[in-house]
Amino acid sequence: MAKTMQRLGDGVVVEMTADEVRKDVEEGTKDAAERAEVPPLTEDEVKHIVGIYTRPDRIVSVEPGKEVVLSSDEGTVKINAGVSGGAGLGIDCGRMVASELYERALGADIIEYGHIDYSYKPLRPILADERILVERTMLVTAAPFWYGAMPNLGLYTQPDGPFPNPTELLNKGMIKEARESAEGMIEHAVRDMVYIGSGIYEAGADCINFDTTGAFGDIDFKAALTATEELKKKHPGLMINIGMAGEFVLGIHGALTYDGVRLAGLWPHQQVKLAEKAGADTFGPVANIVTSRSCPWNISRVITYVKACTKASQIPVHSNMGMGVGGIPLSDTPPVDAVTRASKAAVEICQLDGV
Amino acid sequence: MLEAHAMASGMGGMRTAGDLVARMEMAKGMRIKEAKEYVAGKLKVSIRELSDPIVMGAVRDELNLGLIQQMPDRPKGMEAKFRIAELLGIEINSVNRFKAKAGISG
Repeated sequence: MAKTMQRLGDGVVVEMTADEVRKDVEEGTKDAAERAEVPPLTEDEVKHIVGIYTRPDRIVSVEPGKEVVLSSDEGTVKINAGVSGGAGLGIDCGRMVASELYERALGADIIEYGHIDYSYKPLRPILADERILVERTMLVTAAPFWYGAMPNLGLYTQPDGPFPNPTELLNKGMIKEARESAEGMIEHAVRDMVYIGSGIYEAGADCINFDTTGAFGDIDFKAALTATEELKKKHPGLMINIGMAGEFVLGIHGALTYDGVRLAGLWPHQQVKLAEKAGADTFGPVANIVTSRSCPWNISRVITYVKACTKASQIPVHSNMGMGVGGIPLSDTPPVDAVTRASKAAVEICQLDGV
Repeated sequence: MLEAHAMASGMGGMRTAGDLVARMEMAKGMRIKEAKEYVAGKLKVSIRELSDPIVMGAVRDELNLGLIQQMPDRPKGMEAKFRIAELLGIEINSVNRFKAKAGISG
């Protein structure tokens, strides 16, 4: 049987027959369905993914008229940030100009703005400067404007923050102390996220993006949900996106709940219901890449999780499909063949509202 | 990577009606189908035409909704957002704050 060009999750090219691609797609959906206890993909959906991934074309796309909204987390920062900022281009231009580039050079549906540290805590002492830049950017751009940063609860642990690290306490068997520390971290993080979110909204931004939520497990997710609820009460006109860090919420605390639901162990179709309850306007599910498996295996797994999420959701779902998530290879320069295949497959099968 | 997604499945931003559809998802919680139908109705174009830069370039110019190519005497930035808020019947935070600061009523 003829071989087709495929990639592993790290982007490396491998050759696979159509039968091998199909086997990976079947295994990928089975893996996700068993883990999240959601339905596996149908036979037609499996065939559709195999068809997309075995086409010889360099790039593929959805049909005209079937496009979706495209947003980008940490977007404008990546124009001027260097290596320390993560995947930046190192071009010496300010974020206001970068926003105009996103709007009018790159044709972004949504501009996303952020600070180089891209976490809420470091923004406290520079909020006034950020507000001035946001206010000026709002004058020269017309596209919707998100301001993003990560809850990044890790910054509240010693030596960067005031609290002992719960994971270190857990390693010592100090469960009660770990939970007390986690609860203190949440209180401080919520305070910061509400303070920054309010300030940026008052500068004219349309939306606050809680990006990479859940990176510190249930502690992180609880902080983002609570901050969302508080911000929406304070500013009903503020829009909020909650974007996740992974497909599964780790139980660092283990007993945290929101609206009576235990946060540890939640999957995307369950996470989105709490995001809705907290008042989020859009939700970004994530499924991380497994670099040793093929892209067809990975996208099948992603689509199984995200399809269940879009079905459960009452709010628009913008699936995270960047480097290392959403079936996109873990590389700072993801190949267009892999990106366009993942994009088409996810949009068409998951009925996404955005990417 | 953004451009690869944009080519594969993105609406096209201000080249088309991507920013307008995005605003309806965000402002009214509309899912993509409803948001597209709403914007298409307001612009009096088909769903297919929402992502056609030829059609939408002309529509945006006629309705003063802002253009990718900057031209003299055409609305830009905040000016275009005033028109977008009015056309779509939504509140835009920065427009409201601009009005308040500039002493513009209504």
